[in-house]
Amino acid sequence: MRAGLAALLLGLVQAASGPVMADDRRSGFEFMSRQTQALQRDDDLNPAMLWVRGGEIAWSQREGRADKSCADCHGMAAASMRGVAARHPAFDTASGQVLTLAGRINACRVRQQQAGPLAPESEPLLSLTALVALASRGLPVAPPDDARLAPLRAQGQRLFGQRMGQLDLSCAQCHDTLAGRRLGGSTIPQAHPTGYPLYRLEWQGLGSLQRRLRGCFSGVRAEVPPFDHADLVALELHLMQRAAGLPMEAPAVRP
Amino acid sequence: MAVRALVRLPPTVRRGEVFEVRAMLAHPMETGYRRDSDGRMLARDIVRRLEVRLAGEPVFAADLHPAIAANPFVAFLLRAQAGGPLVLRWTGDQGFDHTETVMLVVE
Repeated sequence: MRAGLAALLLGLVQAASGPVMADDRRSGFEFMSRQTQALQRDDDLNPAMLWVRGGEIAWSQREGRADKSCADCHGMAAASMRGVAARHPAFDTASGQVLTLAGRINACRVRQQQAGPLAPESEPLLSLTALVALASRGLPVAPPDDARLAPLRAQGQRLFGQRMGQLDLSCAQCHDTLAGRRLGGSTIPQAHPTGYPLYRLEWQGLGSLQRRLRGCFSGVRAEVPPFDHADLVALELHLMQRAAGLPMEAPAVRP
Repeated sequence: MAVRALVRLPPTVRRGEVFEVRAMLAHPMETGYRRDSDGRMLARDIVRRLEVRLAGEPVFAADLHPAIAANPFVAFLLRAQAGGPLVLRWTGDQGFDHTETVMLVVE
């Protein structure tokens, strides 16, 4: 039954890659209170814009042995990075790996700037990621149709439906079947990662999708994978495929 | 990373017109009531005060307290007869002191 549902969902997602969608997918934005929605709607109120500001500063700062800034090659992020966040994670031919957006920024840092990689979830990396993600705001999520992504994407889909942890719960049990209902005081969203990196009121700061996923692993009392673990990248790939076509809203605000 | 603050004003205001200033500051606002994962108390680290001056004259001030969330946002209304540099200065624990200057244009 569950496998049937998953197949049906996958079918929906694939059908949804066309221009018009009549489906029930909703961004987490629509599950939030009006007050939190107001925070995200107005960039003057959205605290994530503090990280975007930090990203703008970092974008034009020369780094590494190459003494180059992001701006030296890419110019204005708002123009050159348009659509980039919407198509990540993507396959990186040079390293033969699947890279998330943050991973891609770090790869560029190491190869082009010849600087050390930024620590996962560190403020400079989140800031740059927020700046790049902002350039895709409003564009549809566009996961690449790349056969080299298929194995990891399939792994992500399998993980999404796999029960885990002491609570013996899978992602799908909450986010597919119980979305819109409540878990304690919070409304369960459909888990579409359209707004990452985002400002979570609970974190009082900006965080990546991997931080959110790790929170869910710990929530069901499963072993939490480290940042950039293949399982997290696989889940990210699957979730972006599942959200294909939904508008990007990064950097978003969530409760 | 450098201290980050965002201050928004209308691009121009008319003489005597009421307008809104919005200011947001990146700051952890650590309350001093929490413990870290090893059980040690985290030292209080909050912004205590925001003072705003227009062309040198104080026009707005606010005291901040531990119950205020991280990255404090303050919005207030002003009325000005003449433009000039609007200077916002946040001061707080552990020697925190940050000043942001924006130009107010009055037509």
